[in-house]
Amino acid sequence: MQRFSGLTLLRRGLSGQRGWQPQWRRAEPKPSYDAIIVGGGGHGLGAAYYLAKEHGLRRIAVVEKGWIGGGNTGRNTTIIRSNYLFDESAALYDHSVKLWETLSQELNYNVMFSQRGVMMLAHTVHDVQVSKRHIYANRANGVDNEWLSPDEARRICPLLKVDDIRFPVMGAAFQARGGTARHDAVAWGFARAADALGVDIIENCEVTGFLRDSNGAVAGIETSRGVIRAPRIGVSAAGHTSVLLRMVDVRMPLESYPLQALVSEPVKPIFPCVVMSNTIHAYISQSDKGEMVIGAGTDAYTSYTQRGGLHISRHALEAICELFPMFRRLRMMRAWGGIVDVTPDRSPIIAKTPVPGLYVNCGWGTGGFKATPGAANLLAWTIAHDDPHPINAPFTIERFRDGELIDEAAAAAVAH
Amino acid sequence: MLLINCPYCGERPEPEFVYGGQAHIARPTDPRACSDQQWADYLYLRDNVKGVHNERWRHTHGCGRFFNALRDTTTDRFLATYEVGHEPPATLKGAHS
Repeated sequence: MQRFSGLTLLRRGLSGQRGWQPQWRRAEPKPSYDAIIVGGGGHGLGAAYYLAKEHGLRRIAVVEKGWIGGGNTGRNTTIIRSNYLFDESAALYDHSVKLWETLSQELNYNVMFSQRGVMMLAHTVHDVQVSKRHIYANRANGVDNEWLSPDEARRICPLLKVDDIRFPVMGAAFQARGGTARHDAVAWGFARAADALGVDIIENCEVTGFLRDSNGAVAGIETSRGVIRAPRIGVSAAGHTSVLLRMVDVRMPLESYPLQALVSEPVKPIFPCVVMSNTIHAYISQSDKGEMVIGAGTDAYTSYTQRGGLHISRHALEAICELFPMFRRLRMMRAWGGIVDVTPDRSPIIAKTPVPGLYVNCGWGTGGFKATPGAANLLAWTIAHDDPHPINAPFTIERFRDGELIDEAAAAAVAH
Repeated sequence: MLLINCPYCGERPEPEFVYGGQAHIARPTDPRACSDQQWADYLYLRDNVKGVHNERWRHTHGCGRFFNALRDTTTDRFLATYEVGHEPPATLKGAHS
């Protein structure tokens, strides 16, 4: 791997940008590996990286049916935060934020992690109470989060209109360690670092079935590029997880919905943080290219189409225009959808499955990007030890049978 | 936005409707006789079909009635809508997985 530094940039710059190598190999599938990760998004590539880096596995493949980072990794609104209510969630998401804080150095790749702060608006008395409860719970768990009055919120984000609107802003919760990162760079950075440790990244390789041994354990996968054998397989396939698990007769507590996002034409830097409103449902931040990145809600129905209804994104834009009237004249440049796998309690699953040797990282619903390094790190641990790490131990499939839900859906008190 | 054919009212735009999830899931008649797994299956497990999906909708801002539909989740195209208590149209029977 060619390491990046100021010196290498200068040297290549002076020699006409010649001599750069591809950042990862275009690998052909080998007949067998020690472990296979299904899904070449940030979560899957990261899991392969941590398996190689922290657990010493060397013969690892990542198989991706499209191109790496072309699924939800490239389709989200890049918001990173860890101010979740329950102890289990706070530990999980903050594990990820801590990894984000050093990820660029870890990968020798600038993932443009920017801790510009995440502001979550409160518009009703109920919002205020729920927000403050979150803040107290977060602080008890060592996760930063603070209450802002409307004036304090405006001091951080001067564009925000707090009164004379349909749902005036009564205050906000602000996590200063939250922020954004460059989503493509996360996939590319993990891919490059994993490749350097010998991981084969195999694109255009769709899984069509699983091989099982005489004990019922997984023995490999059947793909559009042939059979690949491995005793340990991690599925990190977001909206398609239940389709894959159906191949081994495991039904998952997941439903797949389209989630839409859109970006505006680029404008000069005007927006200093991330602003979210659960109540009137909008998410907004500014990318380093200058586009306003806007997240809408999920569509009502399950779907695999990677698009959604215009009335859903319109609803988000109406909320944005109410909160930030100056954006009414902004033109939207692109809109798209991703397919998110939603669990009944809106918490993820990082766990062993009923099939020996088969592991899943799924159920991230509408909030998986923030968890990319953390989830990858914990899936790798779970695969390597055939047992979950204490942080992801509560995030099982069986919690729905056992009544041990981690009900962030109810905690957020919003219509997801 | 979907155009949905309510079996009682005809074609109406999607915002008039509320999605009701997978169709033809019957509540166990004796929940106390269910194992934890059977009860969890009823509450939480859905087919999440990639293909023809059998689902419920409610025409909330219209006649208010529930009805069933067959929709292809890879295209969002409706193949049929039909009244609650009826089987899917015979020509499409077996299409859903």
